[in-house]
Amino acid sequence: MRLLFAALAVGALLAPAAPAAAFCGFYVAKADAKLFNDASKVVMVRDADRTVITMVNDYVGDPKDFAMVIPTPVVLKREQIHIGRAADVSHLDAYTAPRMVEYFDSNPCRPHVLYDAAPAPTTGATQLRKEKAATRSRGVTIEAQYTVGEYDILILSAKESDGLQLWLDENGYKTPPAAKPILASYIAQGMKFFVAKVNLEAKAKAGGEFLRPLQIAFNSPKFMLPIRLGTANARGKQDLLLFTLTRTGRVETANYRTAKIPSDLEVPLFVQKEFGKFYKALFSRAVSKESGRAVFTEYAWDMGWCDPCAADPLSNDQLRRLGVFWVAKGGRSRRGVDVFVTRLHVRYDAKTFPEDLRLTETGDRKNFQGRYITRHHYKGDLACAAGDAYRRRLAQRWEREARQLATLTGWDVAEIRAKMAASGQDLKLLPKEKPWWEQLWD
Amino acid sequence: MTDAAYDSPAPSVEKTRTRRPAGAPAPLLAPLRDPRYGQIAAQALLISFGVLALGFNLSPLAALAAAAGALVAEYLGRWAQGRAFDPLSPLITAGSLTLLFRAEPLWLFALAGLLAVGSKFLIRMGGRHIFNPAALSLFILPLTFGGAWLSPGQWGALGLAAIAIAGVGSVVAGRAARLDTTLAFLAAWAALSFGRALYFGDPMSIPIHQLQSGAILVFAFFMISDPATTPPTRAGRILHAVAVAGLGFWLQTSWITNIGPVWALIFAAPLVGVLRIVAQPRPKET
Repeated sequence: MRLLFAALAVGALLAPAAPAAAFCGFYVAKADAKLFNDASKVVMVRDADRTVITMVNDYVGDPKDFAMVIPTPVVLKREQIHIGRAADVSHLDAYTAPRMVEYFDSNPCRPHVLYDAAPAPTTGATQLRKEKAATRSRGVTIEAQYTVGEYDILILSAKESDGLQLWLDENGYKTPPAAKPILASYIAQGMKFFVAKVNLEAKAKAGGEFLRPLQIAFNSPKFMLPIRLGTANARGKQDLLLFTLTRTGRVETANYRTAKIPSDLEVPLFVQKEFGKFYKALFSRAVSKESGRAVFTEYAWDMGWCDPCAADPLSNDQLRRLGVFWVAKGGRSRRGVDVFVTRLHVRYDAKTFPEDLRLTETGDRKNFQGRYITRHHYKGDLACAAGDAYRRRLAQRWEREARQLATLTGWDVAEIRAKMAASGQDLKLLPKEKPWWEQLWD
Repeated sequence: MTDAAYDSPAPSVEKTRTRRPAGAPAPLLAPLRDPRYGQIAAQALLISFGVLALGFNLSPLAALAAAAGALVAEYLGRWAQGRAFDPLSPLITAGSLTLLFRAEPLWLFALAGLLAVGSKFLIRMGGRHIFNPAALSLFILPLTFGGAWLSPGQWGALGLAAIAIAGVGSVVAGRAARLDTTLAFLAAWAALSFGRALYFGDPMSIPIHQLQSGAILVFAFFMISDPATTPPTRAGRILHAVAVAGLGFWLQTSWITNIGPVWALIFAAPLVGVLRIVAQPRPKET
């Protein structure tokens, strides 16, 4: 039996804007899509009505059970379908991920980098099974049929959802009941369907562990991402990371509120060690603050540079492979490259996101990133004249960090204080104050 | 005769346009009972709410730039017409712009204000302006400058924001005697949204979500309700509102624009101008 894994939609992270000015911290950790279960990643390249979509599915399971149905605005030709490299998308994910930086009170320019090693991608390995295309007419027209890489691809158009659903059922796809009205709606809107399943023979030949991303390129005035079928799987809330690569500026949703993830906030030192946990809690809290109905910007930046860099900017070749047709081949992106990247993170279900995402490109080129700051206190002798004042400032700062972290994540503030003390952020651990008269006769 | 946008206190907007006798002192500000004060206050509240509570991507300087552009155009236009300067109408136009318009270099806000109010004096038919000033800038600038855009989704479906806009806006529009336009537009827009969902078999959560759009409410309460560019009779206004809703809905669902009603208002304006001339003889000039 096959699973109809019908979704473009996955969880996404948006980048909060951090002013690059005055940055002098060190990048220590990032929170990329691997943190979020069920997070799909979609890269969308858009200029005028030219669109290239790269879909990385998070499918985990037997490849023969894999199938994906995606509504598309147009009938796609063989040449419009391509297999991309998951590594390019992972790189883009890493480049745009929310990040942690650290400063040192005494010598802020001494590098001290704790780089969280990124775990290997966990995309499920798959095998493939070849399927005969059913030819029975159910009011379903097979507009085209291709084998691209390890995928068998059918382009369908249908007159009514009953026929399409029957056809899918008869051809071994198990469609969730909730998908039917959604299919009907897309049919009424004249959308076509792109059905991909794994060709097991081709998959065996191609080798490799996991399913590679599918890419489609087309012209359409519809700058949108269909997410409704993704809600039919009834897996609860899902996370979608949408990366857009455009020329003009930041992308936002026109039919949902786009909010910036809280950013540029100082948090206690121990958060360095549990940055993933921290960011997940922060994101969940941000989602509920918006009643689950907002899309979050986690990153918006000119592709030419970064500060701090969670990963290098993508090379021109990588960008071209992702569909950025307007950059020249070869070379590395330089400052001023004509590509603006936006990372949007959506956590959605049918209730909070009833409609597909309608996107709009803005003229906003202000850089923004999800950035969280840790500060190491000075650990040397505090017996100088300013030592007492520093000690008092430190007490205030640590208390502020504790409260801020509690607000951001919903964690218990007493527990936070205990963890801070355990990680050295404790006034008792500072060098003892000398009696004032000792300093008097120095 | 004067041009129209909220130039005089409602409900006598249509009939009491008179020139001030030569030599009479011209007070800079209209009397406090003028409903335009309420409108300006409502817009200021909404803008503040957006910036402070919703984190709008909007600097206070942008609002000032839009207001400055509008005031300058109003001043110059009035001066050319030999009439006294009145800052209220251009401020309302600047407020509407600030609610919906976004641009990256700040001067685009000033240009938006200048173009909006300038069009009142430059594009005229039968002695009055034909385009809703703010809508004209919202239509033209994003098509012309990459750095100018509209953010219709900014308000989100925040129920509170919607209620705030609707509540504050309705009072204001009511005093401006143009609530009929607003309600007719909203009713038509709602009917189209629900009708489309029924036709496509979509869940009602979709039209309900669509109706919680802050941009639609801002348009309904602050733009289409402008007495200057809507038909003078109630039947005409309702017909106009329904037509704008229909055309706007089509433009939006056909992916031609994300802000269909604004475009529809612009496209319908010349027709309204012609109908005004045909349906209502111009009042005598003094």
